[in-house]
Amino acid sequence: MSSNEQINDLHLDVLKEIGNIGAAHAATAMSQLLGRKIEMLVPNVNLVSFDEMFELAGGAEKIVAGIFLRIQGDLSGSMFFVLPVESANQFIRNLIQDTTFDFNEVPISEMGVSAMQELGNILSGSYLSALSDFTGLNIHPTVPSLSVDMVGAIVSFGLIEVSHYSDEVIVIDTRIIDEGDEESSTINGHFLLLPDPESYLTIFRSLGVL
Amino acid sequence: MNIVNMPNTIRTSGLGSCVGVVLYDEVKKIAGLLHVMLPDSSLGRSDNINLAKFADTGIYALMELLKAEGVRPLSLKAKIAGGAQMFQFGTSDSIRIGPRNVEAVKKELARLSIPIIAEDTGGSSGRTIEFDPATKMLSIRTVNAGIREI
Repeated sequence: MSSNEQINDLHLDVLKEIGNIGAAHAATAMSQLLGRKIEMLVPNVNLVSFDEMFELAGGAEKIVAGIFLRIQGDLSGSMFFVLPVESANQFIRNLIQDTTFDFNEVPISEMGVSAMQELGNILSGSYLSALSDFTGLNIHPTVPSLSVDMVGAIVSFGLIEVSHYSDEVIVIDTRIIDEGDEESSTINGHFLLLPDPESYLTIFRSLGVL
Repeated sequence: MNIVNMPNTIRTSGLGSCVGVVLYDEVKKIAGLLHVMLPDSSLGRSDNINLAKFADTGIYALMELLKAEGVRPLSLKAKIAGGAQMFQFGTSDSIRIGPRNVEAVKKELARLSIPIIAEDTGGSSGRTIEFDPATKMLSIRTVNAGIREI
């Protein structure tokens, strides 16, 4: 499927369902890890320009903790788990029981980086194994890598593959929310799945909608 | 890709592996900024694609845009920033995309005989850059190192 025009509403629904199933599993894993309730919003599947893609994750200059990995196997694509840096701080403080931890402090404590990478590992693993079960496709992720930087700098890395073909990208965006309590504020995260253009055909074929 | 006249400035936010290329004429106080995503237009796998995102076609197009404003190509100078390696792994092709963008930009500038006056490239940090044609300074902001000017 070389051009995006060939994707119809049914296809978008299928991609939405992928975001739904994947992120639901990831949110469950996150909830178990944190011992608290994690909400998930209905996924958005949109064809967006690169600038709009940055806006989805908070704007090109917003500082985030971004976990990035490539998907390989029957499907190829990029996946991000993006948390605003304040949310990432709060999350890691919870996880490693260290209230002083801060991603803005350089060098970032190794313990925190490792916890964040492990989080990425667990969440993306849940997302992708659900996707694999659903489609019957063989999918394996690369080791996730962490970067704390501007949204534009992080997310553009996942657009390189797509940018060979087009100036727009289909993004499967699922937001997760931890409403927090009196002591902690809201944690907001995004799962962004960006299948490479040649992989849409594989996804649609596997689910019989082609 | 856009151009700007004094007293206005021109900026681009959140450059990672992309390279920001500023071409300017210090007498006319006019500057153009290009956001290079990929090194070479031969990598494009579709006909209907924005040429401004490749180093080879983009720099040439920006030069033409400035020429249309009455700038002589021989008076153009360049400042460049970006080309970071944001993640330490990836497919072999994409992992070095930052350095490859920088190499391609330099090669194209050399081909067009446009001298590079200053650069801040490589590393592993994102950059927001802003150029002021009046002062010829390129200001570069990173998350951890604050703002510096080249």
